[in-house]
Amino acid sequence: MEFLAEHSPELLPGRRALPAGVTVEAPHGTTIVAAVFDGGVVIAGDRRATMGNVIAQRDIEKVFPADEYSAVGIAGTAGLAVEMVRLFQLELEHYEKIEGTVLSLEGKANRLTTMIRGNLGMAMQGLAVVPMFAGYDLDLGRGRIFTYDVTGGRSEERNFAATGSGSVFARGSLKKLYSPDLTADQAAVLVVQALYDAADDDSATGGPDLARKIFPIVTLITDEGIRRLSEEEVSRIAVSITDDRRIRPDGPQAPLQ
Amino acid sequence: MSTPFYVSPQQAMADRAEYARKGIARGRSVVVLTYADGIVFVAENTSRALHKVSEIYDKIAFAAVGRYNEFENLRIGGVRYADLRGYSYDRADVTARGLANVYAQTLGTIFSSVGEKPYEVELIVAEVGRTPEDDQIYRLTPDGSVVDEKNSVVVGGNADQIGNYLGQRHQVGMSLAEALKLAVDSLARDPNGGTPRALTPEQLEVAVLDRVRPQQRKFKRILGPQLSRLLSQESAAAADADLAEPESTEDE
Repeated sequence: MEFLAEHSPELLPGRRALPAGVTVEAPHGTTIVAAVFDGGVVIAGDRRATMGNVIAQRDIEKVFPADEYSAVGIAGTAGLAVEMVRLFQLELEHYEKIEGTVLSLEGKANRLTTMIRGNLGMAMQGLAVVPMFAGYDLDLGRGRIFTYDVTGGRSEERNFAATGSGSVFARGSLKKLYSPDLTADQAAVLVVQALYDAADDDSATGGPDLARKIFPIVTLITDEGIRRLSEEEVSRIAVSITDDRRIRPDGPQAPLQ
Repeated sequence: MSTPFYVSPQQAMADRAEYARKGIARGRSVVVLTYADGIVFVAENTSRALHKVSEIYDKIAFAAVGRYNEFENLRIGGVRYADLRGYSYDRADVTARGLANVYAQTLGTIFSSVGEKPYEVELIVAEVGRTPEDDQIYRLTPDGSVVDEKNSVVVGGNADQIGNYLGQRHQVGMSLAEALKLAVDSLARDPNGGTPRALTPEQLEVAVLDRVRPQQRKFKRILGPQLSRLLSQESAAAADADLAEPESTEDE
């Protein structure tokens, strides 16, 4: 990154001047959810990008592997976010090759903080990027989740987290369904349930699209590395959730007592 | 006031080439050869921290002999070049040919600049292709010339002898275990015709560019137990089974 800043600063996100007082309409990505389970962490995102009241893209990908043991989910201005992720991936790989060792999970999370802060100027003009970072901490032997605000403020979340426009609804859903002793498969179902609930109440979040076969992206990170669930695996989860919701449209019920 | 002696340009260049050659000949060799699924790099290197073979990019690796600080400089330059190219354009636009050209320019400039001593290094830049025919291996000498090599190449001390031995025995389509055994045999040979030395896995640094690796980054170090297993067996089937195993030893 220092090298890039010195050599070709125009390639860095957040280095471009924007006319003052103008807000730009650009596609925005919406909801990302993550949950820690026994032995790892799962991070998932819906597939919708919106531009005002228009659906800009139905099948956008918002969860990216950052390296072998971590992933980034992005909410906010899609174009800037995707570029930020690309630079982030590059930095992790570059560090690994130059130093011959990987960054610690904390180190990766801190690096992302600086990148978001660099985008603050754009964020003030409506082009915010709010990523979520999830990874498996090889030193501690567990999955961890970090969320950010537009100024780069970093906070580690325990158990689960949601970000983006549908996050309020997703968090409510996660809160009721989460338990700390989930298996990886249960955690995958949990995040798809949460995304379904987010899509249910937030117009900017897309639910599973059975007709077009567009399903959320679900990524599991364990001590074996990162694995994105195949389309069949996610479609199986999404179809069974959709079927259950035909009987109970509001989803599974948490016991009152 | 003293007048400097006149040295003809031919003589100056010859002296520099001789100086660099001697520096390189002092060190141990690195062997690079193709096998059925990629390219294998074998170096005699007891250090676990200072690598002679390293990853540059997805399909490109770098091997070097000579002065460590000099080739480490070139390696970092190469990684920066590759990462900047890949970020500006696309990962597919980073090629071994481009990288070899950059190295050739750098080495050539240093070699002929009066103020600097020539680098005492010899490099190999290799890129694994989709098929064995697309594999590329380039050898760079201290004066900045690039040699396009096929199948097998050796740099370092006794390079000619080892190269002859390898050239006669290397076959296209060898398994990894076979290629590794050939490489180790060639490194262990005594240049004076005596009995070959025995090289243990601890004395070797081995890495592959494996075209069948599912990840985007094809470079992989072969370490510890896996290396011992590959060295102790020649059967191709067992070696292939070894590679298919979950790669728990990497990314340490």
